[in-house]
Amino acid sequence: MADIFHSSQPIYQQLAERMKKQIIRGELAPGDKLPSVRETGIEVSVNPNTVQRTYRELESMHIVESRRGQGTFVTEDEGVLESIREEMKTELMTTFFQGMHEMGYTNEEIERGLIDFLNEKGEQKG
Amino acid sequence: MITLTNVSKRYGTKKALDHVNLELTPGKLIGLVGENGSGKSTTLKLIAGLNHPTNGEVRVNGEKVTRKIADSVSYLSELDEYYRFFTVKRSIEFQSSQFKDFDKEKAYEILKFMKLDPNDKLKHLSKGNRGRLKIVLSLARNVPVILMDEPFSGLDPMVRNSIVKGLISFIDLEKQLVLITTHEIREVENILDEVVAIKAGSIIGHHNVEELREQKQMGIVDWMTEVYE
Repeated sequence: MADIFHSSQPIYQQLAERMKKQIIRGELAPGDKLPSVRETGIEVSVNPNTVQRTYRELESMHIVESRRGQGTFVTEDEGVLESIREEMKTELMTTFFQGMHEMGYTNEEIERGLIDFLNEKGEQKG
Repeated sequence: MITLTNVSKRYGTKKALDHVNLELTPGKLIGLVGENGSGKSTTLKLIAGLNHPTNGEVRVNGEKVTRKIADSVSYLSELDEYYRFFTVKRSIEFQSSQFKDFDKEKAYEILKFMKLDPNDKLKHLSKGNRGRLKIVLSLARNVPVILMDEPFSGLDPMVRNSIVKGLISFIDLEKQLVLITTHEIREVENILDEVVAIKAGSIIGHHNVEELREQKQMGIVDWMTEVYE
C-alpha cells in the first residue's frame, strides 16, 4: 500500500489528486461525507497530519467543504466539479501532446493516431 | 516539547553524542535515522531519563530530565524485556500497575486491532506478535511523549505494516509527540512529519518531510543518501 505514492513528491498533493479522481468518477458523490482524517490515514497508510493538509487543500479548491462538528463533505456545486473535471483533462492532454510533439509527431498524425487507437480499443477501459 | 541543548555523551573514551542541539515540537511523528552506532538509541535513552548526558541539558516540556520523567514519557526498548512466563493479559495488568496513565481500555482496543490473544503466554508468541505486544504496551499510555527504539527491527513486512497502521490509528497527534528510531525508512516514508539524521554522534539534518518533497523533490531515502555522503 505504501507504493501508491511516489516518495519524492508531496504526499498531500498526491492524495488530493487521488481523491479528486474518486470524486470525478462519482465514487464519492456530491454531498457525500468524506471518511475522517484518521480513517483515510489508515486506509492509505499516511500520517493523519498529511491527510488533514489534503482536506484543507481540497477545501481551498472548493471541491469539499467542512461543516463544523460534522465532518468534510463533497461539494454539491456541479459547476465546480465540472470545472475540476475539465482541468484534469486539460492537464493530462497537455502532458500527452508535449510527449508526442517531443517525438516529432504532427497534429494530423496525432489526430489519426487517436482515432485509430479509439476504434481499436472501443469504449473498453484501462 | 523536547529540547537537547549542547548535549554530549561519552561512554568511557567513546563519544556517543557530540554537542547535539535539537528541538522537537508536539503533534508530530518524527523519525530519527542513521546507521548503527550513530547515537540514535543513546538520544532516546537520554530523553527517557535512562541515561544522563556527560554535558549539556535535556528537557521534556520544560522539565529537566531525570528518572522521574517516566511519568510523561513512554519508552519502547529495542530489547524484548518482558517476563516470558506472563500471559498477554498479565503483561497489560503489570504495565497498568507501573504507570498511572496507562489506559487499559485503549490497551485492549489496540490488542484487538493487532489480533493478539490475551491468554497467550509471551514465551509462546512469535517474534512478530511480541513486537505487536510491545506496541500495545507503549501506545496505551496517555503521555505527551512516546519514544520507540527500532520498533520494526527484524520483523516481517506483514507485522511492520500492522505496526504502521497501529501508529496511525492510536497515536493522538493533537497532543502527543512520537519519536521513533528506525532503519526501515521505506516503512515510515509516508507517516513521518519530520526526519532527523544523525551520524557519528552529530545531528547532520532535520527536516519537515513534505517540505523535502516540495522543495527538493526528494524522499527521505534520497535525502539521507545526500546528507550522509
